[in-house]
Amino acid sequence: MSFTNIKFDKKIVLSFWIILIALIIAAPTLLPVFRLNLLGRYLSLSIVALGVDLIWGYTGLLSLGQGIFFALGGYCAAMYLQITSSSEFPNNIPEFFALYGVEKLPFFWEPFRSPIFTFFAIWIIPAFVAGLIGFLVFRNRIKGVYFSILTQASLLVFFNFFNGQQKLINGTNGLKTDVTQLFGQMVGSESMQRLFFWITAFLVIAAWFFAKWVVKGRFGNILIGIRDDEPRVRFTGYNPVIFKTIIFSIAGGLAGISGALYTVQSGIVSPQFMTVPFSIEMVIWVAVGGRGTLLGAILGAVFINYAKSLVSEALPASWMFIQGGLFILVVTALPEGVLGWIQGDGPRNLLQRFGLKRKIETYPSLEANNKEGTNE
Amino acid sequence: MELLLDSLFNGVAIGSVLLVAALGLAIVFGLMGVINLAHGELMMLGAYTTYVTQLIFKLPILKPFYNSYIIVSIFLAFIVSGVVGILLEKTIIRKLYGSPLETLLATWGVSLILQQFVRSVPLAYGTGLVISLLIGLFLPTTFSSKIKESTNFKYFKFSSWIFAALTGVLTGSIISSSVSKLSRASARNVDVTAPSWMRGQVEIIGTAFPKTRLMIIVITLISVIAITLFLNQSAWGMRIRAVTQNRQMSDCLGISTEKVDIITFGIGSGLAGVAGVAVSLLGSVGPNVGGNYIVGCFMVVVLGGVGNLLGTVLASFGIGIMTDLIGAGRLLSIWPDMPLSLSNTINFFATTSMARVMIFALIVIFLQFKPTGLFPQKGRMVEN
Repeated sequence: MSFTNIKFDKKIVLSFWIILIALIIAAPTLLPVFRLNLLGRYLSLSIVALGVDLIWGYTGLLSLGQGIFFALGGYCAAMYLQITSSSEFPNNIPEFFALYGVEKLPFFWEPFRSPIFTFFAIWIIPAFVAGLIGFLVFRNRIKGVYFSILTQASLLVFFNFFNGQQKLINGTNGLKTDVTQLFGQMVGSESMQRLFFWITAFLVIAAWFFAKWVVKGRFGNILIGIRDDEPRVRFTGYNPVIFKTIIFSIAGGLAGISGALYTVQSGIVSPQFMTVPFSIEMVIWVAVGGRGTLLGAILGAVFINYAKSLVSEALPASWMFIQGGLFILVVTALPEGVLGWIQGDGPRNLLQRFGLKRKIETYPSLEANNKEGTNE
Repeated sequence: MELLLDSLFNGVAIGSVLLVAALGLAIVFGLMGVINLAHGELMMLGAYTTYVTQLIFKLPILKPFYNSYIIVSIFLAFIVSGVVGILLEKTIIRKLYGSPLETLLATWGVSLILQQFVRSVPLAYGTGLVISLLIGLFLPTTFSSKIKESTNFKYFKFSSWIFAALTGVLTGSIISSSVSKLSRASARNVDVTAPSWMRGQVEIIGTAFPKTRLMIIVITLISVIAITLFLNQSAWGMRIRAVTQNRQMSDCLGISTEKVDIITFGIGSGLAGVAGVAVSLLGSVGPNVGGNYIVGCFMVVVLGGVGNLLGTVLASFGIGIMTDLIGAGRLLSIWPDMPLSLSNTINFFATTSMARVMIFALIVIFLQFKPTGLFPQKGRMVEN
């Protein structure tokens, strides 16, 4: 997979950024609240898609368990919000504990009273869990399909755990955030949602630049090396385990941030974030957008989710067929994704088919010789 | 003693469902290196086949044979899931050969489509579709070699597909007009009721065993024996083993790897159908029924390693017995006066969902020592 990036003029790049930032600032006034909220959610999903692109598109690790880290980030944010707005409830603990007769806060909730701890926990805890799972798996040179299955199984394990523990984290009901307070305002209120939209948009851009920085240079080269020929990387003297663990935990951290942003904008975090279909969906956003192209991951996440909500509003039953077809289509017909197709030879081939562009001749003299040869 | 027997039986019962479901997955994975995420949906098709067969056997013509419908449905489920599997192999999986991760995603897409299919298409027409697939795929292979070699073969093929489509539509409408329950699409779960001779319990050495569970164990036993015999005694079995061990070499020696792939995938999918019959006896059947078992099957494949059925057998019974031991908190009843801290821990894990958590942790620990499963394939490659 090689991509020839189109080089743009500096002025065009600058005006692109100005328009983009203007759009982000103006979006809350342009869009109705409902659509703005949806856009904010989908933008936050594009951060987890960036992580998937880093591990799958660049390193060749297909994780079907990114939902774990996504949900962990969401739970961290929700626990902080719940605990800081629980002063009027009995025992000064979140309301749902009373339902199960719990009077003392479970020990792991305590640190979440601190906003600074929460700020770090949102990305460090998922990154650490990802690193641990990754290290245990990569250490044994488990890879390919085995890795995918194991991540899916660990997703199910986390789902079962969070789903079953009512007394610790409200089990299957999840933690609500929309009625909690932050900076003296209701999280679900319109002004807060607008703020979250801006934060999300800013973080998507930041995450994009971060991911670009990660895949640039020698580190990125090793990742691509691992994807294309891992034994050779090992024989060259690099230890793939370390690189894979690092990139997997980076992706975990990104998923955590994404989950926290998604949670505050959707108003609830629940074990539903850890279901198997949701985690596989994340992969299809990247696959459609174009794996190995970071922008493709962002655009794929936003557009597919928008399409999903539009189609589900119109024809609820057909979305599963469309999604299933998309999975099959994208791997069989468009393995590089839409952006990869555009950046590669796709448009040229298409124009060529309609006779609008000349065929590329690799060795013109050779082909000319051949023609003469057949004529004789 | 009684307790131990009880626990062992429960474990074997859980394990045998896992085994029959994982068997097909393991064979296909061993041969082609692909994990079929639609395996659970093929199980679901098997379970729905049981349901449809049951309703058809309630018709006046077949009423006298009603008690034997479950035996018939085992064969039908094998055929239905096998045909869908063959179609899947021919259309998608073959194109993605050599890229297992892409295959994983494509089969997930197939599983979504199959789930939605049983929700939004009436089962009667679904049956018709399967029948036309069956005829369309297999009628051309029964033609004489003279026709096959002639240039007009594609017209014969085409007309057999038309014949297949007509037959499918006809059977679909006949079934839908005679069995009203199958004529409407429904997303609701359906129930399979076991025939009277399978209800109730059997008493062995003073312990009562439910008959349906025994039936599942018998189905599993027969499937495992049949597959073992097929793989070890028949010519195609030998070819399958050869391709599993070394694809390039077998190809060079004149084995048609294409045919081997189709046959293996068909058999693997068919076994998923048989597993579906077993699953339909345990609870209600819905579009998501396969999802409950599929991750367990993956764990069996990971734990058992590929290329050896014994690994699959041991892994499924191991997981089954451990599930029962942990999930039902049996250790507590076996050893009543253990220290409090230990018994608290065991109580914490004594639910089905927490048992899964525990077993997964145990599998990850096990893989730290034996990364390629119980019986790894021997070889000197850098990869694998």
